[in-house]
Amino acid sequence: MRKENLVVVGNGMAGMRAVEELLKLAPDLYRITVFGAEPHPNYNRILLSPVLAGEMTIQDIVLNPLAWYAEHGIALRLGRTVAGINRARRTVVADDGSEVGYDRLLLATGSTPFMPPIPGRDLPGVISYRDIRDTTEMIDAAGRYRHAVVIGGGLLGLEAANGLRQRGMDVTVVHLMPWLMERQLDRAAADLLQASLEARGLKFLMERQTEALLRGESGRVVAVRFKDGLEIPADLVVVAAGIRPNTALAESAKLHCNRGIVVNDTMQTYDPRIYAVGECVAHRGIAYGLVAPLFEQAKVCANHLAHFGIARYTGSVTSTKLKVTGIDLFSCGDFMAEKGGVDAIVLHDPGGGVYKKLVVRNDTLVGAVLYGDTADGARYFQMVKDQQNIHAIRDQLLFGQNASVGDAGHAGNAHAALLPDDAEVCGCNGVCKGDIVKAIKGQGLFTLDDVRKHTKASSSCGSCTGLVEQILASTIGGAYTPARSKDKAMCACTDHSHGTVRQAIRDLHLVSIPAVMRALDWKAPDGCASCRPALNYYLISTWPGEAKDDPQSRFVNERAHANIQKDGTFSVVPRMWGGLTTPQELRVIADVAEKYRVPTVKMTGGARVDLLGIRKEDLPKIWADLGAAGMVSGHAYGKSIRTVKTCVGAEHCRFGTQKSMGMGVKLERMLFGMWSPHKVKLAVSGCPRNCAEAGIKDVGVIGVDSGYEIYVAGNGGIKTEVAQFLCKVKSDDEVMEYSGAFLQLYREEGYYLERTCHYVARVGLDHVKAAVVDDATQRGELYARLRDALQDYEDPWTQAVQQPAVRREYEVIQLVETKG
Amino acid sequence: MSRWIEVCALDEIARQGSRVVASTQGGIAIFRTADDRVFGLLDRCPHKGGPLSQGIVHGDTVTCPLHGLKLGLADGEAVAPDKGCARSFPVKVEGGVVWLQLG
Repeated sequence: MRKENLVVVGNGMAGMRAVEELLKLAPDLYRITVFGAEPHPNYNRILLSPVLAGEMTIQDIVLNPLAWYAEHGIALRLGRTVAGINRARRTVVADDGSEVGYDRLLLATGSTPFMPPIPGRDLPGVISYRDIRDTTEMIDAAGRYRHAVVIGGGLLGLEAANGLRQRGMDVTVVHLMPWLMERQLDRAAADLLQASLEARGLKFLMERQTEALLRGESGRVVAVRFKDGLEIPADLVVVAAGIRPNTALAESAKLHCNRGIVVNDTMQTYDPRIYAVGECVAHRGIAYGLVAPLFEQAKVCANHLAHFGIARYTGSVTSTKLKVTGIDLFSCGDFMAEKGGVDAIVLHDPGGGVYKKLVVRNDTLVGAVLYGDTADGARYFQMVKDQQNIHAIRDQLLFGQNASVGDAGHAGNAHAALLPDDAEVCGCNGVCKGDIVKAIKGQGLFTLDDVRKHTKASSSCGSCTGLVEQILASTIGGAYTPARSKDKAMCACTDHSHGTVRQAIRDLHLVSIPAVMRALDWKAPDGCASCRPALNYYLISTWPGEAKDDPQSRFVNERAHANIQKDGTFSVVPRMWGGLTTPQELRVIADVAEKYRVPTVKMTGGARVDLLGIRKEDLPKIWADLGAAGMVSGHAYGKSIRTVKTCVGAEHCRFGTQKSMGMGVKLERMLFGMWSPHKVKLAVSGCPRNCAEAGIKDVGVIGVDSGYEIYVAGNGGIKTEVAQFLCKVKSDDEVMEYSGAFLQLYREEGYYLERTCHYVARVGLDHVKAAVVDDATQRGELYARLRDALQDYEDPWTQAVQQPAVRREYEVIQLVETKG
Repeated sequence: MSRWIEVCALDEIARQGSRVVASTQGGIAIFRTADDRVFGLLDRCPHKGGPLSQGIVHGDTVTCPLHGLKLGLADGEAVAPDKGCARSFPVKVEGGVVWLQLG
């Protein structure tokens, strides 16, 4: 088959990202030619500022070395500008007169710096700040001259000024507007920023209009004169007055442009054979200058170039982070709060160097500016993107300090910017801040997932995710964008989110993993270790009795009904209902521990006994012995009901108001065999002294004289979350019904590996109350579905003991050597 | 000298599952893919020694149950960006019987 010709004009980040995405989807569809005006392979333009500041070199920031182009058979024409497009003949003409034909054309011409019409702008020593050439010219000037003037106090101008200052120049920033970065910051934050930059030796001239750049005797620029007559010396003038989409080529080809090459949601221009991505594009009237939206566009464009035809780009919410080492600044969304119907929640502490403003419209966060403490930036940005209702947390929203960072594993540090390079960020995998920064810069990483893959940081318990996001954001600036939660793909096997997949399983009545993968166009034929367990859970929880449980799609612990340990042995935890046991049970456990030489016997946090260090082949034998005494699986290994912890309660305790042990046993028996998105722990306390610690459980029940209070969505793990009050009830039966209905709602709506605290944070406590407390019919139905799903559950240990086919899974094959 | 040794019937290994064979060289995990191909790897993850036989099998790959390293079943090589390699053993199926070659 004849390969189609794809010509890409522009060898920058957007164009090459589109090519990379295309090669992933359809590696052999096109013969690809790339034109690049610069003499360099694709590099990470975002990191020019660290290069200027002397923190990195040009070699460090190359994203696609020349070998990459060769490897993919891409014809790369470096240092070549495309002079024209002949749409009738479908060819592009290069500046050397050569002509290349295309079936599809991708324009990724980027943007050009805006050069205001100031006399003297053509003098030697006057440059813009856009590419490697500008950067090397600045570095060179810094070594030879003293006075630098940066015209423009925006993001780029400040990064240039900082870099030049770092290289020892005397730098003055000139800005037309009353405050810096007026497109990203409000005045209060900008004033703090200016003060901080002044402390580093930068000078500022605000509300000044440049009249002329003056020529010295050598012919080079020597000074800047302003409209008010002031003159300051300047051996180097960097003009950073904004960028303009580079539409010259498109306009010469009569493609419709309006402050950018106009494209539709599939990144197609008005000529259906011509696509465009990146800073040159105007999508729904917006031209983006940050890399995150460009990558989203590239992905959509590649999908259509690959003839998949399903992706749409619908615009981006952007965030800004200044890449000046040691300055913590973040803004996102609509942060000015100038329009009506909008509230600003503000914390302003100039002495402490902290400013926070949250802009709220109709109980939804629409924008944020943070200065000095950006620990919650990623979380606020996520809320803006998710359009999450914040009604219930409005009064604490501003003080959600460090909410995106777990409580343990990083020595209490919540502010990445303050950490030295050798500070351990990820306590699970021993990854330091310096390792992460090095990987982001060296490997060209842009997403949290990339960082997890390459460094292992935040890939185990996730406690440090917020810190890693901060490091990512401060290293690559506005390039970092978390995905909208509801759009986040489950894993690399699919573009669908957990929510979409759950919905499809229900709507299309899908009852097996292959059926789901077929219906939703899974990319890997049998998925991966991440999506298969999720799909298995969604199927059995949506269609109990109908969907068949697939053991091969369960993590080993749930397949072996025991917890795997670091040396490959397992642990066995028999169930002790409500934490109660008997002398006879304890005797059998002691016998088992001796008989199988169990090296370690300990109490778990859930008030039962853990037998550790057991070989897999011994598991069924131990279960047989325990089972003979009536003991069953404790499911200490599952995304399932774990324990119901109880205090002594009114049965014995002189303070007890309710019989917490009895209540706990009833709850645990009801929930036996309940699989859930993640593990589920309950506790019942007999009085408000709360000895069973019900305040940090998924469901916590606290007895009071007149009945029980029910709390939900607590968590004592990575991030301690206090359970929230759900309702008060009078009887034991009501405790069962309300708790059961809540857990069933979580089972039906939760995403796999989402604890109840995360689930409730996502859907809101109001949603839970509406279903479980306010609506008796819905509560009854939820409760009935839970009991229905659990009615036929059999103890998995008994099954493994009794069924030879299951038992075989635990046996090691001994080889019989045969001769001949 | 290499010798082929009979392991078990193919049916005794679950699809997308594995069995462990005891050998003088340590446990060897015999994997069966969804499309009935079989592979043999030393049952020790090159990362921290996890039992690969207990991992989830997907495509031509197994994910180690301890820390999630992915290894190719055919050659035992870790999938990039991870590094490491588990020793692989020749395995074949003849007449519904799985054979393993020990070096």
